[in-house]
Amino acid sequence: MTSAHNGFPATRRLILQGAATVALVGLGNLPFGLAPAFAAANDKWPEDAFKAKGEADAIKALYGKTAEPSDKVKLDAPEIAENGAVVPISVTTSLDNVTTISFLVADNPSALAASYQIPPGTMPSVANRLKMAKTSNVTVIVEAGGKLYSATKEVKVTVGGCGG
Amino acid sequence: MASTIRVRATSSGDTTEVQALIQHPMDSGFVKDAKGDLIPPHFIQQLIFEHDGKNVFVADWGTAVSKDPYVKFSFKSGKKDDDLKISWVDNKGASDSTTAKIQ
Repeated sequence: MTSAHNGFPATRRLILQGAATVALVGLGNLPFGLAPAFAAANDKWPEDAFKAKGEADAIKALYGKTAEPSDKVKLDAPEIAENGAVVPISVTTSLDNVTTISFLVADNPSALAASYQIPPGTMPSVANRLKMAKTSNVTVIVEAGGKLYSATKEVKVTVGGCGG
Repeated sequence: MASTIRVRATSSGDTTEVQALIQHPMDSGFVKDAKGDLIPPHFIQQLIFEHDGKNVFVADWGTAVSKDPYVKFSFKSGKKDDDLKISWVDNKGASDSTTAKIQ
């Protein structure tokens, strides 16, 4: 077992978790130049970004900059989702050097739904299932080469997935 | 105990496609139970896939990820019979992990 794994149950403190992950990177035989970026990408869970209410605030909290729309980001989401509790959404992109992919649902109580770190060697393509409170724009942000690219699509929700 | 993590990792050519399904309530904190009390948030915060000592995919999740979450991605450099280690930790500090063989 690695130290990173043992760190999880022992404490919820994410700082320790981050430190353990850095230790793990040391074992990983990574080329030296990659190591700092890799360690940074494994930083703690971005609590501020997940707590941010609006889409713009969440993007700012997560990345500290704004995204530009790009037709190289292909967002696949249904026109109409009958059940807002399970909305299948996926993204692929032809951009190079992708480091993160994030999904935001603008009108959810917290806009940021999921953020994925894409290490070198992993394809910039993710499929997942998200909850949507109501009809809303879904935005995906792709971070590639230090810049942010986005694609947005409106998904109509018949039954919301966030309340009783 | 049965693992909460179900994984299928299949290698074809030089890429490995990974699909994972995890059993977890993913409570958002906005839903009320039968008595009208709010169910507190309980959700996976981080899900990590490791291959050959390196992270190949890290998911940071909020409450808007569906119950029993599903995720699919692909990475290069995986071979048949390689180990793929998957672990998650939630906002209450619970965690689980499993190791799957790439098929």
